[in-house]
Amino acid sequence: MLSFLDTLVQGVLLGGLYALFALGQSLLFGVMRLTNTAHGDFIILSAFVAWSLAVVTGSPWLALIVLLPLAFAGGYLLQRLVLNGTIGKDPMRSLVVTFGLAIVIQNVLQQIYTADPRSIDSGGLNTATFQLAEGFSIGALPLLIFAAALALTVGLQLLFDRTDLGRAFRAVSDDREAAELMGLDHRHVYALATGIAFLVVAFAGTLHGMKTTVSATDGPSLLLYAFEAVIIGGMGSFYGTLVGGMLLGVTQDIGFRIDPGWGIWTGHVVFLGALLLRPSGLFPRTR
Amino acid sequence: MTTRRALIKAAAILGLPRFAFAQKRPIRIGFVSPQTGALAPFGEADRFIIEQMNKLFAADKKTEIKVLQKDSQSSPNRAGEVANDLILKEKVDLVLVSSTPETANPVCDACELNEVPCISTVVPWQPWFFGRNGDPGKGFEWTYHFFWGLEDVIGNFLAGWKSVTTNKKVGGLFPNDGDGNAWGDKERGFPKPLQAEGFTLIDPGRFQNMNNDFSAQIAAFKQVADIVTGVVIPPDAKTFLTQARQQGYRPKVVTLGKALLFPGAIEALGELGEGLSTEVWWSPSHPFKSSLTGQSARQLAESYESASGRQWTQPIGFAHALFEVAVDSLHRARDPHDKKQLRDAVAATNLSTVVGPVKWGGGGPFKNVSKTPLVLGQWVKGKKHRYELVIVSNHAAPEIPVAGKLKLIS
Repeated sequence: MLSFLDTLVQGVLLGGLYALFALGQSLLFGVMRLTNTAHGDFIILSAFVAWSLAVVTGSPWLALIVLLPLAFAGGYLLQRLVLNGTIGKDPMRSLVVTFGLAIVIQNVLQQIYTADPRSIDSGGLNTATFQLAEGFSIGALPLLIFAAALALTVGLQLLFDRTDLGRAFRAVSDDREAAELMGLDHRHVYALATGIAFLVVAFAGTLHGMKTTVSATDGPSLLLYAFEAVIIGGMGSFYGTLVGGMLLGVTQDIGFRIDPGWGIWTGHVVFLGALLLRPSGLFPRTR
Repeated sequence: MTTRRALIKAAAILGLPRFAFAQKRPIRIGFVSPQTGALAPFGEADRFIIEQMNKLFAADKKTEIKVLQKDSQSSPNRAGEVANDLILKEKVDLVLVSSTPETANPVCDACELNEVPCISTVVPWQPWFFGRNGDPGKGFEWTYHFFWGLEDVIGNFLAGWKSVTTNKKVGGLFPNDGDGNAWGDKERGFPKPLQAEGFTLIDPGRFQNMNNDFSAQIAAFKQVADIVTGVVIPPDAKTFLTQARQQGYRPKVVTLGKALLFPGAIEALGELGEGLSTEVWWSPSHPFKSSLTGQSARQLAESYESASGRQWTQPIGFAHALFEVAVDSLHRARDPHDKKQLRDAVAATNLSTVVGPVKWGGGGPFKNVSKTPLVLGQWVKGKKHRYELVIVSNHAAPEIPVAGKLKLIS
C-alpha cells in the first residue's frame, strides 16, 4: 500500500516537472500553432544563464529574478525579429527555423561553457526532504517544482481567460484576420505570447538546473515529454497541459516500478492512446 | 620558450641540405575524437596533445609527420564519415582514434575495410572487440587497441568494496546502452563475479539514459543495498543521488563508471560528489614516463594544467600514448609509407608509454588488444582543486601507488 502511494506521489511530482517543461510550449502552440522544436534547448539555455547569474549573485533565487526580465525580452525579440517571419499556412518553415535555432544554441553553449555538465547550487534545497511516514519521504525541490507548475498553470489560465491580453491571445488564435480588423497587431500579440512563454521557460530552466546537471546538448531530450503533455492535454488549455504532464508522470512511474525499462514506454503508450481516442486532446480550448 | 623555438629554427636551417632525402611526402596521421557533442569531455585535451606533438614533429627531421584532426561530433555516423574522408581523400598513412565505442568502432571498421593501419584507445576492450563482431579465433588485420576491460573494472570495484564493512548487497544502475548492457550482462558482466565473491546484486533492469525519475530503483535499493554501482551518464548520476537523498536512501559506497570520470561532473554534483568512487585508468601518480618527451605522468598533467588552466583529466595520458605508439611504429617500420609494413610495425609494438606498457600479441586477450593497468579512485575534497581523485585500491596493478583507503560516505 505504502509503496503504491509512494509510486503515485513520485509520479505526480514527476508530472509537475513535465508540466513545467510543457507550459511554455502549450502557450506558443495554443496562440500561434508554433511548433518550437528548440523548446528544450531554450530551457537548457536559460539553465546556463541562470547558472552564470547564480555564480555572480551568489543565490539561485536572485539569479531567477534577474533572469525573468531577460527571458521576457529575449522571447519578445526572438518572436518579433525571427519567428514572426515563419508563421503562416506552411508549418514547415517554423519547424526548420526552430530546428536550426536548436543546433545554434547547442553549439554556442558548448563554445562558451565547454562540455562540462553544470548544476545550479540550490544551497542544500535539492537534498532537503520531508518524511511523511517510515520509509516514505518526499523531497523539497520536487515539491517546489510541482508548486511552481501548479501556480504557473493557474496563472496562465487566468491570464488567458480573464484579461484583455488573454482575449487578444484567443482572438489572434481563432481568426487572425478578424482580429487584425479589430485593431490588434498580431506581430505584437505573438511577441508578447513568446515573451510570457519564455518567463515559464526561465522557471523551468532554473529549477531543472537545480534538480540535475545540464550540458549543452541536453535540450532535445526535454522536448519530447513537453510535446506529449501538450498533446494529451489539448491545445490552448493549461489545465489540460498540467493534467497531461501528471498523466505522463504517473504512468511512467507505474511503468518504472514494473520494470525500469518500461516507464518511458508506458508513457508513450498513454500518449498514443490519448491521440487515438481524443485526437484533439483531453480539454481542447482553441481550434 | 624563445630559446627552444630558436633552437628548432636553427636546427631547421642546419638541416636544409638534408632535404634531398626527406623529399618523400610527409607521413600523414589522421586523428579522430569527439570534440563537440555529448562526448566532448573525452576529447577536451586532444587539442593540447596535438599542439604538443606538432612542436615535437617540427623538430624531428628524420621523419616529417603531419597530423590531421577530425571531430566525430559524438556521432557514430559522423565518425565513420570522417574516417572515410581521412582514408580516401586525405590518403592518411595511419589512423588514431580515441574515446568510447561510438567513436572508435566505426572508425576502426572503416580502417579494417580500407586496409589502413589504425590504433585505438579509451574503449573497454569488450565493446571494442565484440561490438565489432570480432572473431576471437581470427582477430582483426589492421586495427590495434590498448585499454583495459570489464574484468578489470569488476576486479577493482570488488577489491574496493571488500576493503570496507558493508552488508555486501549491491544495487546496480545499468542503462539500456552499450555499456549498461555489457556491465549488466549475466554471462560477461557483473552478476557472476559478484556472486562468486559473496556479493548480492540487485538489478531492477535496464532504463533509458536521461532518466528523470529513479524512484523505482531507489525503492528497490532502499533498506537493502549498502553499495550502489553502475555505469551512468552525469545527469543521471545527479538525478539518482539527489533523489536518493530526498527519499531518505543513503548508501555507504557509491562506485560508478563513466559519470564520475571528469572533475567538472563532480563539481556539478556539489556536496553529493564527495566520497564517490570510480575507475582510474590514468592519473598523475601513475609511475610511467612518456617515450617521446620523457615527461612523467605528473609532468604531463601539470603541463596540461598550466597550458589550459583546467584540472587534469584521464584521457590526457591516453591521447599522448596514442602518439607515442604511432611515432614508435613509424620509426620502426622499414618503409612507413607502405601500409603493410607500417601495420606490421604497429603489431610488433613493445613500448613503455605514459599509460604503461603497450605490447600486442602478448598480454591482451586477443592479438589486437593490449591491456593497460586499472585502479580504483575516490573523489575527496582537495587542496589545489575543489575535488581531487585519490587512488584507494591497486590490487590489479600494485606498481601504481595508493594514496589512501576507500572511505564510507558519511
